[in-house]
Amino acid sequence: MTQYQFRDRADHALGSGGSSGPLVQVLSDQNPRTPRQSNNLEIVGLGKRYASQQSSDGVLQVLENINLNVQAGQFVSIVGASGCGKSTLLRLVLGLDSEYEGQILIGGQAISGTGRDRGIVFQDHRLFPWLTVAQNVGVALRNAPFNAAQKRDLIAEHIALVGLEGFEQSYPHQISGGMAQRVAIARGLVNRPSMLLLDEPLGALDALTRSRLQVELQRIWEKEKITMLLVTHDVDEAVFLGDRVVVMEPHPGRIKRTVEIDLPRERNRSDPDFIRLRDDVLSDFLDIDVNQIDTQAFNPSSLPRSFADLRMAW
Amino acid sequence: MSKFAALSSAVAASETTAPLQVRSNGRWKGFVLPVFALVLWWASSELDLVNSALLVSPLKVLETAIEQFSSGKIWIALGASLGREAAGFAIGTFAGLILGGLLGFVPLFNRIVGPSFNTFKQISLFAWIPLLSVWFGLGEVAKVVFLSLAALLPVVVNTADGIKNTPPKLLEVAQVYGYTRWQTITGVILPAAIPSIFTGVYLALIYSWLATIGAEYLLAAGTGIGNTLVDGSEHFQMDLVIFGMVVIGLVGWLMNALARLVERRISLGYGRS
Repeated sequence: MTQYQFRDRADHALGSGGSSGPLVQVLSDQNPRTPRQSNNLEIVGLGKRYASQQSSDGVLQVLENINLNVQAGQFVSIVGASGCGKSTLLRLVLGLDSEYEGQILIGGQAISGTGRDRGIVFQDHRLFPWLTVAQNVGVALRNAPFNAAQKRDLIAEHIALVGLEGFEQSYPHQISGGMAQRVAIARGLVNRPSMLLLDEPLGALDALTRSRLQVELQRIWEKEKITMLLVTHDVDEAVFLGDRVVVMEPHPGRIKRTVEIDLPRERNRSDPDFIRLRDDVLSDFLDIDVNQIDTQAFNPSSLPRSFADLRMAW
Repeated sequence: MSKFAALSSAVAASETTAPLQVRSNGRWKGFVLPVFALVLWWASSELDLVNSALLVSPLKVLETAIEQFSSGKIWIALGASLGREAAGFAIGTFAGLILGGLLGFVPLFNRIVGPSFNTFKQISLFAWIPLLSVWFGLGEVAKVVFLSLAALLPVVVNTADGIKNTPPKLLEVAQVYGYTRWQTITGVILPAAIPSIFTGVYLALIYSWLATIGAEYLLAAGTGIGNTLVDGSEHFQMDLVIFGMVVIGLVGWLMNALARLVERRISLGYGRS
């Protein structure tokens, strides 16, 4: 406990620079600062299918036999082409959909529905347009077991965490897309989940804002020390942020392979090791093209291309 | 936002240049046609170009207007009409909100009542008048029932649509944060539906004013601005008819402006202006 009190105080000094609030809270009964339970996520033989009139047998297999273990506090990126079911996977872990095969276990317990232990940031920020920034962050705390003062502190702290002090009273239409996404991140974190799910959170932003928020996201992850599960179609982003990159392939959605990213943080995109790992992951997507060309007909241009890919993987 | 920006830039401009110049900045062009029509009207009646009994002169209309205002007749007529309008609008909107809420929130109610209501609303409003006059006579009750009906339809349609069209993505957010059914209704569905509900109420205001004139004209007993028109027409007093039309137009314009003002207030908070 003392350890956590220490961390809390240190956190606060780093964060919004508030006053004596946290010390009082540490002593209070239902403490918003109780340590997050560090639970591992275990996905065992997960499958998901939809009834579909387009497929031949009337069933569309979106996910098939997904097995994935995520250690508490890890950052795992899931990357794949569109239609590989990566967003569906995240929805299942979030608990929005309870019809699936296999098991989703958090700390050994099967999940049931949504829960405060899992936060989410969607691609579209999904803020309520009729609420201010502070009120939108507060949406996540509506049913949280904290008193009004604790909620107020948590909201202020998390708005500071994403660097939006001064915009508490702004409405979503008055701020930029990047800022709205920061609000969504604050909302995802404010009730102190043990795991944050990120569904292409930066996909709709321009390149500059995106790379800035990638650095922000890494900072927040290091500070909050929680599990993050990031779904993206951007290989660069996946390698930049993940301890591990899970490559998925479509029809049906399944895990192709997992790449450990054993690079020190903060990572440098022009570091040869970074480039090597990124190209390694990228080759998975280029391989698909090469195979397709090979099966159709012999194409001389495919030969040097696959050769080059081999060298990149090296 | 853009309207707002235009407004603030206009304000800024008025601070730097002469106010008169800014005010006349292009807006006078909207007055060209009415002034031209007025001059044409005045000239044609003055020069006896047309039968003066069919087209009275503007001065005669002005005289009638002064007479109507000074004798207080127009206030009595207008008061009766507006009272009727207010009663019908209030009853119709209230019932419309309840019915629309039921259609939007209760799927079973929607399945049972929805199709019948959609058929019912296809009946032209004025086709109800013969039936209503038989049931309720030509008096106040029949008129208010008719006005309520006119106000009811747009409120029901827009309330139900607004509730049903709550973005599923926002409902998912409520689900993620464990909102109860009641929290979802008050915290997500109703706020999301408010612009649509307001559109319904706004249309109800306009429709019921149109229906007020129609009801007074068709159920021609009692007083009201519609009855003023009937009187003018029956006694071949074109000045009275034209004066009545002007008053009806002004009231409609005022209601419209009022509703727009409220709507802008609401939509500003929603980022949809």
